[in-house]
Amino acid sequence: MQVYIRSTGNISPQHSLEKDLFFAHREMQDGNRWHAVEPEYSRYVDSKMIRRMSRIVRMGVAASKACLDEAEVRMPSGIVTGTAYGCLEDTGIFLRRMIDNQEELLTPTAFIQSTHNTVGAQIALLLKCHGYNNTIVHRGFSFENALMDAMLLLREGMDNVLAGAIDEITEDSHAILSRFGLYIPANDNPEITAKKHKGSVAGEGASFFLLSSQEIHGARAILRGTSTIYKPESLAGVESRIHAFLKESSVLSDGIGLVLSGANGDGDHDEIDDYLSATAFRNKTIIPFKQLCGEYPTASGFALWLAVLLISEQKTPDWLPNVSFPLRNILIHNHYDNSHHALYLISAC
Amino acid sequence: MNPPVFVAGLGVVSAIGLDAAACLHSFETEEAGMADIKILHTRLRGKLPVAEVKLSNEALAELTGLSSGMPRTALLSALAAREALADAGIFNFKDLRAGFISANTVGGMDKTEDFFESFMMNAAAGKLRDVVYHECGSITEIVADHLGINHFISTVSTACSSSANAVFTGARMIRHGLLDLALVGGADALTRFTLNGFNTLMILDKSFCKPFDEHRQGLNLGEGAGYLVLVSEEIMNRLNKSAYCRIAGYSNANDAYHQTASSPGGTGSFLAMKNALENSGLVPGDIDYINLHGTGTNNNDIAEGTAIKLLFDPVYPKMSSTKSFTGHTLGASGGMEAVFSALAIRHGIIYPNLRFETPMKELPFTPVTKFLNHQRVKHVISNSFGFGGNCTSLVFSAS
Repeated sequence: MQVYIRSTGNISPQHSLEKDLFFAHREMQDGNRWHAVEPEYSRYVDSKMIRRMSRIVRMGVAASKACLDEAEVRMPSGIVTGTAYGCLEDTGIFLRRMIDNQEELLTPTAFIQSTHNTVGAQIALLLKCHGYNNTIVHRGFSFENALMDAMLLLREGMDNVLAGAIDEITEDSHAILSRFGLYIPANDNPEITAKKHKGSVAGEGASFFLLSSQEIHGARAILRGTSTIYKPESLAGVESRIHAFLKESSVLSDGIGLVLSGANGDGDHDEIDDYLSATAFRNKTIIPFKQLCGEYPTASGFALWLAVLLISEQKTPDWLPNVSFPLRNILIHNHYDNSHHALYLISAC
Repeated sequence: MNPPVFVAGLGVVSAIGLDAAACLHSFETEEAGMADIKILHTRLRGKLPVAEVKLSNEALAELTGLSSGMPRTALLSALAAREALADAGIFNFKDLRAGFISANTVGGMDKTEDFFESFMMNAAAGKLRDVVYHECGSITEIVADHLGINHFISTVSTACSSSANAVFTGARMIRHGLLDLALVGGADALTRFTLNGFNTLMILDKSFCKPFDEHRQGLNLGEGAGYLVLVSEEIMNRLNKSAYCRIAGYSNANDAYHQTASSPGGTGSFLAMKNALENSGLVPGDIDYINLHGTGTNNNDIAEGTAIKLLFDPVYPKMSSTKSFTGHTLGASGGMEAVFSALAIRHGIIYPNLRFETPMKELPFTPVTKFLNHQRVKHVISNSFGFGGNCTSLVFSAS
């Protein structure tokens, strides 16, 4: 089914919360950990509340508020949140204290805020939203399955569903994931997709979307369809699934003006991206979006935000490669570790 | 009209039994699963009762065919999931669009705890294999890969209502024609993280819990897993067996009151039950049994009880909290209690609410205190309410 994206709210290592700043300036961070550019939170949430919130909750609450404000919708009918890692900061705080104090003299605050549904729950609490509320925590499909849940709600007759995803990096998570070889050496060139490396760069962010089943004046884009592929057997298998996805969506490959790819600069990881750029995406303009947001399991939320921006504004920032306009359709192909593939087709309204 | 969704099979592992038959036996003999801590390595041993599954990881690994190095939640999950599939008579997923939608609250935290002990002393120390399954989604993937399900997999985590949300997600996907079969439910093993977390909230009863009793002192934590095999009508007809029941309806609402506490009026609980009835096309008088969330905390039971009073007064169905047997198994509880609800319909039984003595002064009803046979059980509500205000009610009906 297709749904309308009425508005977006995005916090990322770019200035994605403010369109003009994003077009004017590409944020370049050094090293192998790109921090989200965090806003002046008091613009979105009461200052007293902010102090009690962890960083991931602040980011989620601000991005969702920006999204609702843009559509001038005060109360969504439902809220669906995706997160692969959940509230790592508070999980780490409670875990460290528990071990340090040998399970004695612990306080509940960090534990309370460590549960995976904290962001979705805090959004509901601030809005006093008694509607549907769900949190999906499935690795590289956390955002995709949250979006699917939201699309089912729309099909069941709900309107104005807020769906999004969020993940944060912490000192501990970065140190641990670095040991798995996920990131380039800290002093390497952070232009991650310009050449192949061993490893990528850690990213983080919050991406929220207000979805509607009805065409509403001012809607930003149409989400024509989404699909996921879990642990594909072969590179060619992914290619054929992409062709099938486009066929189901009734868009010819020729109609795709831009591909946002999940290549992250790691040679092994990008094998499938190299294959697709020579096959399914041959002669297409391809932007590897992780050069802007870094690698994290819910990075496709950033890609969807970028697609909606480019297709609704019908322009790209000067610092992105030449894209032909008018731009009618964008295909996102993200994958995380070649085990979790996601496809999105976004069309202009 | 919504196409029907049938419960074709079920599986459960808990402190009162390693499969559905063993759990039923414990219900009938009124044997609770709580005891002193014997398996979890924690300094809280001897201080608090919990409801542990009475098998080591090695024994669980042997039963499931998984490695004993896997997180305990994955081992529990695999055991109950395999029972559910075998019970449904599903031995492969050829020509089936099968989904596995599972819930848990802390993923592979049991292993992460071990890792952190070393990692905190030296950032280069700790075995990476102990932290590779930290994510909640990893648990689902270990089991999905083990079972051979790859068409659709997802993980839900909304604290204590997690697996109830997983159950209706599968039901909705079948209703929408997206899946033929959905293996749905959840699993959670006890971890030091969770036990200490609940201990700081001061809502753990130092004795065995007394849900819905005036003198209740809190909850006992437990562990386990529970799964249903949900199928479309077409697949049910192919299976050559009778369904346990149908999933008639469901609803998810948010209390939007406090991160951990329920609103005194039980707003979220009321909305979840009321909307689930509407979604099922039923009225309160149709319900024969409520499987209560009934944790035994002061706050939950008064909120849930007030919501029940508001919705059902003056005629109350029979009700009980099976947490008086299994403890509160968090991310597994909705799945386990969905299994118990389906079994109540199949066998015409009502489970007792153990240790109930004194009615709550605010409520005009009391739970069932004895195991009841030969009951008319056509429609059951199963409640799962949790942190973050996440409230879910499921409705099961005889097929």
